[in-house]
Amino acid sequence: MTVEVGTELPEQVLRVTRADLVRYAGASGDLNPIHWSDRTAREVGLPGVIAHGMFTMALAGRAVTAWTGDPSALVEFQVRFGRPVVVPDDDEGAEVTVRGKVAALLDDGRARVDLTVTSDGEKVLSLARAVVRLP
Amino acid sequence: MALDRELVGRSYPPSAVYEVGRAKIAEFATAVGAQDPVHFDVDAARAAGHPDVIAPPTFAIVVSLEAAFVVLGDPEVGLDYSRVVHGEQRFTHHRPIRAGDRLVATTTIDAARSVAGNDLLTARVELAAEDGEAVCTTASMLVARGA
Repeated sequence: MTVEVGTELPEQVLRVTRADLVRYAGASGDLNPIHWSDRTAREVGLPGVIAHGMFTMALAGRAVTAWTGDPSALVEFQVRFGRPVVVPDDDEGAEVTVRGKVAALLDDGRARVDLTVTSDGEKVLSLARAVVRLP
Repeated sequence: MALDRELVGRSYPPSAVYEVGRAKIAEFATAVGAQDPVHFDVDAARAAGHPDVIAPPTFAIVVSLEAAFVVLGDPEVGLDYSRVVHGEQRFTHHRPIRAGDRLVATTTIDAARSVAGNDLLTARVELAAEDGEAVCTTASMLVARGA
């Protein structure tokens, strides 16, 4: 794999449904009802149920590990949670798009990847960055 | 209320041991759609040089977020849990988390400030094996929105 500054990761378009949120809630232990109850979500001023920020971060991580081909190569990973991903109660759910670009080559065969994560045309994560060990 | 800057540097006692199981790693990997066999198949993980199946990169949150929340139970921090949202998250992996790990979490307040009526607190959690080997450092910025 030839990697240079500007190298783009394959774009990933991922679908998120209510069932995915329920599964993530159980697996992660984050049972906050804003991720499964429209009533609770609206009570706190959200348009409806939203995805766990950590779930969206995990999807962004998948785009990176799919590119490196080695999940253990992702050594640093950070995001700021910007806008929530609203997940409607239907079969289509929401769409999350993850794009990434190599922003810098670092010491020790590592690279910094900057990620752009959007849903419904809006950025949902900001300052999303990963440091990966290159093969 | 404004956060007290004196809180920065405060550490909390180590957590109880969290034992990482193969089934939990598989469950988490399935939930986030991580399909690499190193999360599910011990032989595949060993072929890739790991002693056992390894967790996806954000699995550490399962252990670390609860540890970070100890700060919310500190009366001197005084953050209102019902107003807290997750603002930022960072992971630094010293090595992959793997099945069989017995992890201990130690939480420290790395930053505390108030911006535009919101309280921002960064809780750093060091996840280490019982023998002290560093495994993962996480930092969670918690935001308590102004009332």
